[in-house]
Amino acid sequence: MGKKFEVVLNAKTCKGCGICTALCPKGVLKIRPDGKAEVAEPAACIGCQSCSLHCPDFCFEIKEVSADD
Amino acid sequence: MEAVYEKYFRDNLPHIWCPGCGNGIVMSALARALDKLGYPQDDILLVSGIGCSSRMSGYMDLNTVHTAHGRALAFATGAKVCEPRLKTFVVMGDGDAAAIGGNHFIHACRRNIDMTAIVINNSIYGMTGGQFSPLTPTGKRATTAPYGSIDRAFNLVDLAKGAGATYVARGDVFHAAQLTNLLVEASRHKGFAVVEAVATCPISFGRYNNIPEPADMLFWLRDNTVTVQQAAKMSDEELTDKIIIGKHFETEAVEYCEEMARLLADKQADNEKAGDENEV
Ligand SMILES: Cc1ncc(C[n+]2csc(CCOP(=O)(O)OP(=O)(O)O)c2C)c(N)n1
Ligand code: SF4
Ligand code: SF4
Ligand code: SF4
Ligand SMILES: [Mg+2]
Repeated sequence: MGKKFEVVLNAKTCKGCGICTALCPKGVLKIRPDGKAEVAEPAACIGCQSCSLHCPDFCFEIKEVSADD
Repeated sequence: MEAVYEKYFRDNLPHIWCPGCGNGIVMSALARALDKLGYPQDDILLVSGIGCSSRMSGYMDLNTVHTAHGRALAFATGAKVCEPRLKTFVVMGDGDAAAIGGNHFIHACRRNIDMTAIVINNSIYGMTGGQFSPLTPTGKRATTAPYGSIDRAFNLVDLAKGAGATYVARGDVFHAAQLTNLLVEASRHKGFAVVEAVATCPISFGRYNNIPEPADMLFWLRDNTVTVQQAAKMSDEELTDKIIIGKHFETEAVEYCEEMARLLADKQADNEKAGDENEV
């Protein structure tokens, strides 16, 4: 198996702009009914960092988790 | 929040910028650049003018000064001449740098003082409600150009180069990793470095130009940027309306603070000599 990643999303500072959901290449992120982003498919993350590089409100932290975790 | 952002941002977030504003993307690119550069935070000076983009100085945990509209480079020049050890960054908007501050901009380029000028170009006066700026592309709409601007825009890269800047690059907020690398390179350059950071203002620009969604503005940048290398192989016609990103220009020239130090040392030596002669 390839590397695994944990997507930490701080919804407190999220302004629901929709950038991360549009840019994530793996459909990991969705907008919740209240307008904020959520991590809907955590296992699909490939760690590309696109969400973290482009979120204008710095909501993300992408952590690599070791295989035996 | 990534540790690098936590390190360089103050504890006063969320910021004031609208949802999806490109200023936040530039600020995180700058934080990653500072991390790569590794300067102690106390040795960094960040000066900004007035505008949405210039609010950045309030959020970054560095020595910061939020100055007057168009005058950031004048303040930064004064600070840098007095404290040449400061690694200096100046954040300005397109209106700030190219309209009211246009004169300061060209003369700072000419002086070649060692600092990095970051012009956040969102093609509009964001803060004051969407008036067109000297960087609004011809034909784009603004509150002051409801039928599209008939002005020709400056090409900031050509302007900076013509005025004497010794490093000139352009990046954009879709290519955020490249923007970080350009900021690193610009800061390592000895002399006046200009980085135009093409950014997105969904509220005061996008809404008037049929791209109200922040993500669509990023995709627009993805589809309308070409690299300096690609552009070299394209005709003028193919390059119409394209944004050329990457390092455009670098050269060496006498740096202003060094010249000032040399002049002061020379004059001091002259005065000492004159003093010795007077004593005999
Ligand atoms: C001397 C002066 N003139 C005018 C203004 C009003 N003003 C504030 S911000 C701004 C323009 C902002 O546009 P830009 O520099 O592109 O920054 P942005 O808000 O787009 O980041 C203007 C005209 C001012 N604050 N001071
Ligand atoms: S990019 Fe950031 S602010 Fe925008 S929706 Fe995603 S998490 Fe929220
Ligand atoms: S790191 Fe990449 S794949 Fe993972 S959530 Fe962010 S954008 Fe999606
Ligand atoms: S008006 Fe434009 S530049 Fe200003 S905060 Fe809003 S989106 Fe950003
Ligand atoms: Mg602007």
